[in-house]
Amino acid sequence: MEAFNSLILILDATLRVATPLIFAALAGMFSERTGIVNIALEGKILASAFAGAAAAYVTNSPWMGLLAGVMVSVVFAWMHAFATVTHNGDHVVSGMAINILAAGLTAALGNFWFRQGGNTPNLVDPFNDIDARFTPITFPFADQIADVPIIGGIYSELLSGHFLLVYIALLAVPVCWFVMFRTRFGLRMRAVGENPSAVDTAGISVTGMRYLSLTICGVLAGLAGVYLSVAVTAQFLPNMSAGKGYMALAALIFGKWHPRGALLACLMFGVLQAIADRSQGASLGGFSIPVQAIEALPYILTVILLAGFIGKSIPPKAIGKPYVKERE
Amino acid sequence: MTAQTDVAAQMAIELRGIDKRFGPVHANKYIDLKVEQGTIHGIVGENGAGKSTLMSIIYGFYEADEGDILIDGQVTKISDSKIAIASGIGMVHQHFMLIQNMTALENVVLGAERGIMLNDSMKHAREVLERLSKEYSLEVPLDTPVEQLSVGLQQRIEILKALYRGAKILILDEPTGVLTPQETEHLFKVLASLKEQGTTVIMITHKLQEIMAATDNVSVMRRGEMVAHVKTSETSREQLAELMVGRKVLLRVEKGEAAPKDALLEVSNLSWTAPDGVLKLDDVNLNVRAGEIVGIAGVSGNGQSELLDVLSGIKQVQKGEVKVNGHVIDKSHPLTPSEVRAIKVGHIPEDRHRMGLVNSFAADEAFILGYHRLPQYNGKVFSLRNEITKDCAEKMEKWDVRPQDPNLKTANFSGGNQQKLVIAREMEQDPDVLLVGQPTRGVDIGAIESIHNRIIDMRDAGKAVLLVSVELEEIMSLADRILVMFDGKVVGEVPASVANEQILGLMMANIVPDEVKALQKEAQA
Repeated sequence: MEAFNSLILILDATLRVATPLIFAALAGMFSERTGIVNIALEGKILASAFAGAAAAYVTNSPWMGLLAGVMVSVVFAWMHAFATVTHNGDHVVSGMAINILAAGLTAALGNFWFRQGGNTPNLVDPFNDIDARFTPITFPFADQIADVPIIGGIYSELLSGHFLLVYIALLAVPVCWFVMFRTRFGLRMRAVGENPSAVDTAGISVTGMRYLSLTICGVLAGLAGVYLSVAVTAQFLPNMSAGKGYMALAALIFGKWHPRGALLACLMFGVLQAIADRSQGASLGGFSIPVQAIEALPYILTVILLAGFIGKSIPPKAIGKPYVKERE
Repeated sequence: MTAQTDVAAQMAIELRGIDKRFGPVHANKYIDLKVEQGTIHGIVGENGAGKSTLMSIIYGFYEADEGDILIDGQVTKISDSKIAIASGIGMVHQHFMLIQNMTALENVVLGAERGIMLNDSMKHAREVLERLSKEYSLEVPLDTPVEQLSVGLQQRIEILKALYRGAKILILDEPTGVLTPQETEHLFKVLASLKEQGTTVIMITHKLQEIMAATDNVSVMRRGEMVAHVKTSETSREQLAELMVGRKVLLRVEKGEAAPKDALLEVSNLSWTAPDGVLKLDDVNLNVRAGEIVGIAGVSGNGQSELLDVLSGIKQVQKGEVKVNGHVIDKSHPLTPSEVRAIKVGHIPEDRHRMGLVNSFAADEAFILGYHRLPQYNGKVFSLRNEITKDCAEKMEKWDVRPQDPNLKTANFSGGNQQKLVIAREMEQDPDVLLVGQPTRGVDIGAIESIHNRIIDMRDAGKAVLLVSVELEEIMSLADRILVMFDGKVVGEVPASVANEQILGLMMANIVPDEVKALQKEAQA
């Protein structure tokens, strides 16, 4: 029973940790499947986390935070599109520029507006009548059956009691799959990333497809950022995205640019993170394992797995290449 | 359509004064063209004559700077491919516009979907395609990813794509470049049946023989200008060649009997596996004697490139043995490309842009690539720039490389002159064994003539020449013996005196005709 309970707790934490990764990986999928290398996910997450927290605090509404976060992320995505699609810029360089811009801008604006060293004020502050954090959703009867063995653990602990965005993230996976593989938009999107000239000669605008995909990418990355600041931490902290954009990108590559694969990869990262969190202070044969070593574990595993444990992952053929009509 | 008395009404497409410039390059100079409804119209011209640009303008890929396009007698402004498709124009590009990891069905549906959801589009397309493919004998597997299909099948998908979109005018850009003779024949049958159903076909090619075989009318382009419109039945290959080049051209290569001596290049049991595990060379055996040209025919991608790479030292021998001039190269005795050069093997690579030249180098720098360590180019510390430039200038004059400017960037020479530069470099080193890959790819007819003569000269000077080419005509006119490769294997050997397109075509599809089998038996006995 003890083991079961810790399993439930680990899985519960997995969902929480994996949610922003899932949003970001799906965001990356929309962009990379149309051929735009998206190393800028990190910056989009960070910018939307800041905008979300700031707007939620000012308006005292998590929903306004959500709206603002997503909008800012979309604007960042358009900047990326403007650089890479309209001006055929290098995807990685412009992506890094966006990341640096987001890191600097959020800290500077945060400090300028709120004067708390770059942080935004806490979104839950009863003394000032501030309550702008998303609240977890409790399923019906979750409290009543919490003590029933097994079922209670699964229903009340694992399934119930998450933020709305967690459920949206899980739902987004099949929705994105459907969009990508069962709709006209998805077919065109996949085609643009493979062979833009073929799409162009079929009478479809490559530029239009790429802008549209990056817009969707912006929305999804925005949700990841808002989840971090408005739901989990209830506050923006400088650099709070902490590499999640890159992790999501890795998950996307693991998952072979496929929603199902990406979901599994995100959950795997989530599990590793959850285990690492729970194992702090654990010891191995009298040695106490340093916390830092355990925290580094997911990243080390990422490197090892990426280095060749997952079989061949074939990227979209036209990825990273600007589309220029060539002469003859 | 209006009354038949209106001349324009019988024209499927008419161009009036189409003009297009790309910066300083005047690609199309005030082109006029009339293509009759329900005919097959050929457009010939050398590389860079402006054929592809013109077709891209009709298909809305580029917009003309000036001039009008009339479709069925109506002036139509085609500003993008969407309008071209809506006007009933379909195009099969030279480099297929297919998504390699999608199926034929998905490729056809892409851009011609019937609604937001795919299911309905797919079902409809499947029905239409099944009907079309029966009607025009264009059968293709609909549910296999395109990358697993042969180029011949991929081309069928391209044609189906155009027909599915209701094309009344079908443009084909160099459609036979990658096909076997049998596939080409089938394509021409398909085009003929399309014509019967009233479709107008425009075919761009530089192969005169195919123009003669398949078209009703021909237009000839030269340096961006339309120089002639003729009925195919009233012209000849020789006349067309002359129109294309602007002077008389010898289509046949004049050469005497070969006088082969000892084998200089012997390849035995050579196999080579690519890093992805695909067997690219499968137990290849061949020899080339001094004073003969051995041609390797085959559809591209059947191991010819790998053979040249291994022989020239770019790829290492994995299994088997290569003997050059008495030197043995095998797994335990690998040689680098420069060591291979040192034992007097010259290599004219298949792709001059990727392997033969550095496009951003000046001609004289490109001219010493691979031979830059030779003492005549190097002082104690610095290279002898003046010597190099002087040497290059001399060779350029001798080999008629134009313009004769050793300081000009390689990229600014025409394809033919770039190729001459590479050929001059390799032949001037007086190799005993010469490996030649696609010597006239992307080279204009005038230059082809002189390149062919140079290769024959090498043979007559007692060199062993191994020639790889996908142009059957080239192989047949140059080689003394012809080997055909399929799937990494040498399918068989035919003396040039016996070879014809039929025999080679069958062998390229891995079928050895009985007469060749008999010959081979005879040779063994």
